[in-house]
Formats: sequence, structure tokens, C-alpha cells
Amino acid sequence: MSSAYPEVSFETRMGSVEFRVDADRAHITVDDTRCRDCSVRGCITACPADLFVPTSDGGILFNYEPCFECGTCYLVCNEEGAITWTYPEGGHGVVFHRT
Amino acid sequence: MPDFDAIVVGAGPAGSAAALELARAGRSVCLLERGPFPGSKNMYGGVVYGRILDTLIPNWWEEAPIQRWVTRRATMIMTGHQALTVDYRTESWGAPPYNGATAYRPDFDAWLAGTAQDAGAALVCSTTATGLLVEGGRVVGVRTDRPDGDLTADVVIACDGVNSFLAKEAGLYGEVDAANYTVGVKETIALPREVIDERFGVRGDHGVDYEIIGCTGDVPGGGFIYTNADTLAVGLVLSLPALAAGGTRPEELLRRMKAHPAVAPLVEGGEVKEYSAHVIPEAGFDMMPELVGDGILVAGDAAAMCLAAGIWLEGVNFAIGSGAAAGRAAARALQRGDTSAAGLEGYRSRLESSFVLADHRKLRDAPHLVMSDLAQQKLPALACGVAERMFRVDNPEPKPGLRKIVRSEMKANGVKFRDAISQGLRALRTFG
Repeated sequence: MSSAYPEVSFETRMGSVEFRVDADRAHITVDDTRCRDCSVRGCITACPADLFVPTSDGGILFNYEPCFECGTCYLVCNEEGAITWTYPEGGHGVVFHRT
Repeated sequence: MPDFDAIVVGAGPAGSAAALELARAGRSVCLLERGPFPGSKNMYGGVVYGRILDTLIPNWWEEAPIQRWVTRRATMIMTGHQALTVDYRTESWGAPPYNGATAYRPDFDAWLAGTAQDAGAALVCSTTATGLLVEGGRVVGVRTDRPDGDLTADVVIACDGVNSFLAKEAGLYGEVDAANYTVGVKETIALPREVIDERFGVRGDHGVDYEIIGCTGDVPGGGFIYTNADTLAVGLVLSLPALAAGGTRPEELLRRMKAHPAVAPLVEGGEVKEYSAHVIPEAGFDMMPELVGDGILVAGDAAAMCLAAGIWLEGVNFAIGSGAAAGRAAARALQRGDTSAAGLEGYRSRLESSFVLADHRKLRDAPHLVMSDLAQQKLPALACGVAERMFRVDNPEPKPGLRKIVRSEMKANGVKFRDAISQGLRALRTFG
């Protein structure tokens, strides 16, 4: 039974998506000094690309590269100014094909 | 002299419809798209309802890049181990003029943008509009990330999607509340065409639309399965506040739905070809911005025109309807030489007299009803419990009456008679 429903690893899942990463500019930045005071940290569970990782010292490690540009993180963010959110430069970022 | 009569930001269905109408009216129009091609940033559940295209592009079905025509529309109510499905099918939706179709947005949106281009619109891809150009409180163009990228026009139509930074910059949005939004996640799962035909009981280019409630565990939302030609679109729509409050992560909820006994046999053995996510303006009418400003109109998801009303999940048709209305209203305002808010006000009245605002106004309570605890948790358990008792044979016990079954299942699932009546009346007011 289990072989019929192989689990998709998160790496495989994200590996199925094309990202034209802009190496010069992060379109989203996180000021994680503000995250240390945040009791909610909703970005950790809500970001569909799982890009917000809590660090042992109470901060947040964020990677802008494999990002769907969906907006979830800034919408759920509880700390004013913690997330600076823009779109990537034209032509960069996620490129969907069969969505 | 401005660079263009009109600038449309975003070559999704709203933007392309707006650009098409402006170009047809003989106006110079620049259609900006931040992705490398139209549709490359766009994702949805999977069904386009084409009736709104009839007047824009006669016989659109002969050229639109669709996957399958939906001839079976099923609503599934599930608990962890049960499922009750209402399944409607008609072959008539598999022939012109059709009803709904599955399509990939990168195909569909590129096609629609192509019709705007053919009509004379200038499509410029790989260009992000980074802000508005404002003079004396009036929008006179956009900034882009191109070198010397300022573009001026008499009117800007913001079709820049659910996050619409342009509408927000123009001051058209009130306070942004995460409770008004959901996030959709989806797997595009490859299966041979004949396997899809067999599993879903369809032939040729006919397809199936499953909408599911009760499949999202501790996070309010819903699920869907749509058939493309040789892939399935399998996904969830999830409440942002509940996810953020420590709910189960989206991909884990999706894994659980795929493992449900009613879903697993449909998706078994398929290979995930693409994962995707997008935010949805779930609250519809109650979250809409001002639609008109001085020199600016807002359409499509940017104006929260996605209809998330439980049994009706529509967005592309509302985007096309609002975009086309914006294009026509802008063309009329340009002709009169007045693209102030007053000159553009015809946009709002066009929407008021069409399905776009009529449906949204009528169904404004539906998103709240669908996301309520009663609809999310109790209704699925109650409905499946009643079905179980109706169809289970308990010999030598005689069959119980329906009233007795409903009463005992309501009690077992903690549904109070008073709540059922009040929510039922609310639903009747909304859907009736």
C-alpha cells in the first residue's frame, strides 16, 4: 500500500518549480531582530515554500530564492517592519508552466 | 503628451481583457507583465468559465488553449474516513458553447494576451511596475524597473493581482487584514490520459471538477481535484490566520487529503510535475478597494474580485468581466477627455449592472459561511453520519426514520438545533 502512495519529499516538491533567481537582489528581506519579540511567528507554518526557519537563538533564517511571491508572509506578519516585501526584477523569480 | 493613452499593469485575464477593449477602441495601450510571459506568475485551482468570453471573442472555444471541458461537477463532503459526494454530469457541457474548462494559466493567459496584442496592444514582459507616477494627486503613469523606465499615460488600469501594491499606493485599499485572504497550494500530477479517463469516468476531452470540504484538518479551507488532459490539479485553499496560528503546514494537509480513501485511488501512482502556491482574495465584496481613483482603475484579483462562495469557486471570469469593463470605461473617458475619478466612474456602474458586482454583493456572506466551524467541521460529520445511517442495514433492527437519524446525528456531532436553523436561514438568504 505505501509503495502506491510514495511521499513527496519537500525537496522534490520544490525541485519541480522553476525559479529564475536574481542573484543581485533579494526581493524580500527579513529584519529578524524584530522576530525575536514576535510571539506568533506565523510565517514559519504559513509560508508554502517553507522559507522561514527558526534559529536556536530566537531569530529567523530566511532564503528569498525559491519563493512563490504569493504574499502570505507579509500578510501574516505580526511585527511591523520585520518583512520588506517587493516583487523580483522583471523576468526573475518563479515561473509557472502547468498551473 | 503621455507615452500612451492607457497603461495596463499585469497581463493576466483582467489586464488582457482591459487592453483588448482599449486597443479595439483605437487607443494606444501598453500592457505590462512582470513575468517572462503572461501567466508565468499565475496559478489557480483549474477551471475557467467562458461565457464572459462570448461577446469578447466569438467562438473562443475554437482557439483557447483548454485542457478538458468539465462535464462532471462533483462536491465531496468528507471526514477522516467517510465521503459523501453529490455528482452532477451532463454531456451538453462537452459541446459548444460549453460551460467550464480546465486550462493551464500560462497557456490561457498567454493566449488572451495574444488577442490583445493582435488588436494592437503593446505587450511588454519581464517588466515590473514598481510604483505610480503621481502629479497633483492624480495618477499619470507608472515607474518600472527598466532603465529610464517611467511610463506616462492618461489612465492606468491596475490588474497587478491579489497583492496589488499599485491600488494600495493609490490609497484605494483600507486596512489589509490577513483574515480576508487564503493561500492555495496545488500539485500538478502527471497520469496517462487513459488512466484519467478510466478513474474519472470520462472520455475524449471531457473532464471532472471535484470540490471538497472537510479535507483540511485543523485549518479552515477546502480542497479540489480537476482533470487536465494528462495531469490532475490537486490542491487546497487554506485560511491564512489559522495557518499562521500554528496550524498544520500546507504540504502536510495536502498529503493527508491525497491519502484519504476517497482520493487516494484517483491520484495513486501519479508523479508531481509542478508544485505551486498563490494567495486568494477570499472575502470578496467585503474586502474590495475603491475601484476608481483619479487616473486609475482597479480590476481582477487586484480588486478582490475572486468569488470564493463554496459551491462556486470562480475568478478568471470575474477578472475578464471587470477588466473588459475597465477597458471600455477608460476608452469612453479618454474619448471625453476626462480620466479623473469622476470621468472614470462609468467603470463602477458597468460592474454594478453586470454579474461582477451583482454576484459579489449577493454572495458577500458566503465566504464567512463556508469558513465557519459549522460548515468546516460539524456539517461534514453530520452529513456523512446521516448518509451512513441511511444506507447501513441494521437488521434485525427496523429502519429508523430520517428525522430520528438527523436528530441523533446532530446530537452526536454537537450541532444545536438553534444554530442549524440560524445558519440554515443565513445560507438561504445568501444562496436562495
